[in-house]
Amino acid sequence: MPVADKHDKHKSKYTIDRNIPGAFEGETVTRRRAMVVGGQAAGGIAAAAFLLPALGFAIGPIFKSTPHRWETVGPESMFTDTNYVPVVLTLSPGIGEAGKATAYVRRFNPEIDTDPYDQGTPYIAISNRCAHLGCPVRWVDAAERFICPCHGGVYDLLGRRVGGPPVRPLDRFYTRVVAGDVQLGPRFSVNSQLRRFSPRDPGEPLDGIGQYLYPSRPGAQKLSRSEELKLQQSS
Amino acid sequence: MPKLPKLPAPPMPPAMTPPPPRPGEDTGPKGPVEGAKHAGITVVDWVDERTSLSGGARWLMFRKVPKGTNWFYTLGSATMFAFLSQAVTGVFLAMYYRPDPSGGAYESIRYVTNDVFLGQFVRGMHKWGSSVMVILIFLHMGRTFFFGAYKYPRELNWVIGVVLLILTMTMSFTGYLLPFDQRAYWATIVGVNINGTGPLLGPYLSDFLRGGSEFGATTLSRFYAIHMLLVPGLIAALIGAHLYLVAKLGTTAPPWVKAETRSELRETEV
Repeated sequence: MPVADKHDKHKSKYTIDRNIPGAFEGETVTRRRAMVVGGQAAGGIAAAAFLLPALGFAIGPIFKSTPHRWETVGPESMFTDTNYVPVVLTLSPGIGEAGKATAYVRRFNPEIDTDPYDQGTPYIAISNRCAHLGCPVRWVDAAERFICPCHGGVYDLLGRRVGGPPVRPLDRFYTRVVAGDVQLGPRFSVNSQLRRFSPRDPGEPLDGIGQYLYPSRPGAQKLSRSEELKLQQSS
Repeated sequence: MPKLPKLPAPPMPPAMTPPPPRPGEDTGPKGPVEGAKHAGITVVDWVDERTSLSGGARWLMFRKVPKGTNWFYTLGSATMFAFLSQAVTGVFLAMYYRPDPSGGAYESIRYVTNDVFLGQFVRGMHKWGSSVMVILIFLHMGRTFFFGAYKYPRELNWVIGVVLLILTMTMSFTGYLLPFDQRAYWATIVGVNINGTGPLLGPYLSDFLRGGSEFGATTLSRFYAIHMLLVPGLIAALIGAHLYLVAKLGTTAPPWVKAETRSELRETEV
C-alpha cells in the first residue's frame, strides 16, 4: 500500500484511511490533533480571561460619559457687556491646581454677538484653552485680542482666529443665571461660523471635513438640543 | 618604535622560593588565593553542569568580527548601558516618587532633589541620561544607516531598532510629566494634543493617555505606570531580541573595507 502523502489533496478525511495507528471507524480528527487544539484553546481562553478585562480597564475611560457640571463663578454684578472678566473654574475636581481652568466671561451684547448661534445666551464665556495645542491664552485689553504665549495664536473679541496656527475659534462654556449668580456649564467647541459642536481637543479643526475626521467622544458631549432649549427658556 | 628586548626576571632568593613538593604530598589548593580560585571554578562548574549556560555565553561573547571593526561599533552597547543606567536610577527614584497630582508629586521630587543623600545626583543621572540615551540611539542609527548595516539579512533588526526608538520616545514623553511642575504640565498638555491631531483615532488616543476627556485625577498615575512598568518591559524584551539577531547574523564590515578574493579564485588574464 502506498504511503499517503501529507500534502495530497485527495487524501481521505477518515483517519483510518490514512493508516494512522489506533484509528477508529469514522474518525476524522486524530486524538493527538484534538488534544493540541484543545490545549491551545484552553490556553487562549485563559490568556483572554485576564487580558481582555485588563485592556477594558485601561481603555474604559474613552467610552465613559461624564455628567455635566455647573459651577457658580460670581454674581451678575461682577460682569459687564463691554469687557471680559477672568474666572477660575474646576474641570477635574480633587487634583488641585491641575484640574482648574480659566474662562473669560462677559454679558451678552446684542451689538457684538450678532451670530445666530449666540442668541438666547445670557453670558458669553470663552475658554482660555488655545485651539492650537492647548496653551493658556490671555485677554489683552489694549489690543482687544486673545493672545497665546506658546506659538503665537491670536483671536478676536468673539474668540475667532485672526492669526497664528489655531485651527478653529476658542472653545466656550454654556452659561446660565441661577438666583442672580452666573453659572458655567459644560464646554463646547465652535467652528468659524460659531456653530456649536461637542467639545473637541485643541488642534482639531471643525470646518469642512474636520468635524468628521475628529469625531466627538462619549466622554465630552455638548448639551442636547432639548437641554439647550430648556436653558434658553430658563434665562 | 622598535621593540626593546625584555630583561629576564631576576632569580628569587632561596629563602623566598617554596620547596618543591615531595612525592606523595598533597598537591591541593595552596594559600587563600588559590583556594578562592578553586571555589569560584567549582561554583561556576556546578551551575554550568546543570544549565549549559557557558555555551550560550561563549556564543554571544566570542564572535568573529570583520576586519575594520572600529569604535563606531560600540554605539549600540553604549545605548544599552544608557538604558541600564536609566533602569537602575529609575528603580531608586521610584522609592521616593509619589504620583499624586494635588501637590505630592512635585513635593516628592523636591524632597529627592534637596533633602535625600545623593538624591540630586541620582535624579540628575536619570534626567540627563535620558537625553544621552536618545542621542546615542540616533548616532547608532546613523552608524547603521551609513555603513549599510540594515541590508539583507539584517532588515528585521532595523525594524526592531525603530520600534525601540519609538518606545524610547514614549519613555521621554511620559517621563517628562512626572516632576509635575509648570513645564511638565504644559508640555504634556501640548504633547497629548499633538497626539490628538491624528485623524479619526487621534481623539481616542488622547482620551486613552489622559484617562478621560480632561487632564484628570488618574492622568499622572497613568503616565507613571506606562513610564515605569509597561514600556521598560517592552524595551528590555526587544533589546534581547535585537542582541540575539546581532549575535546570530554577525556584524558588517565598514563599507570602505573591500572583500578579499582568494587568490585561486581570482580570474587571470590570458
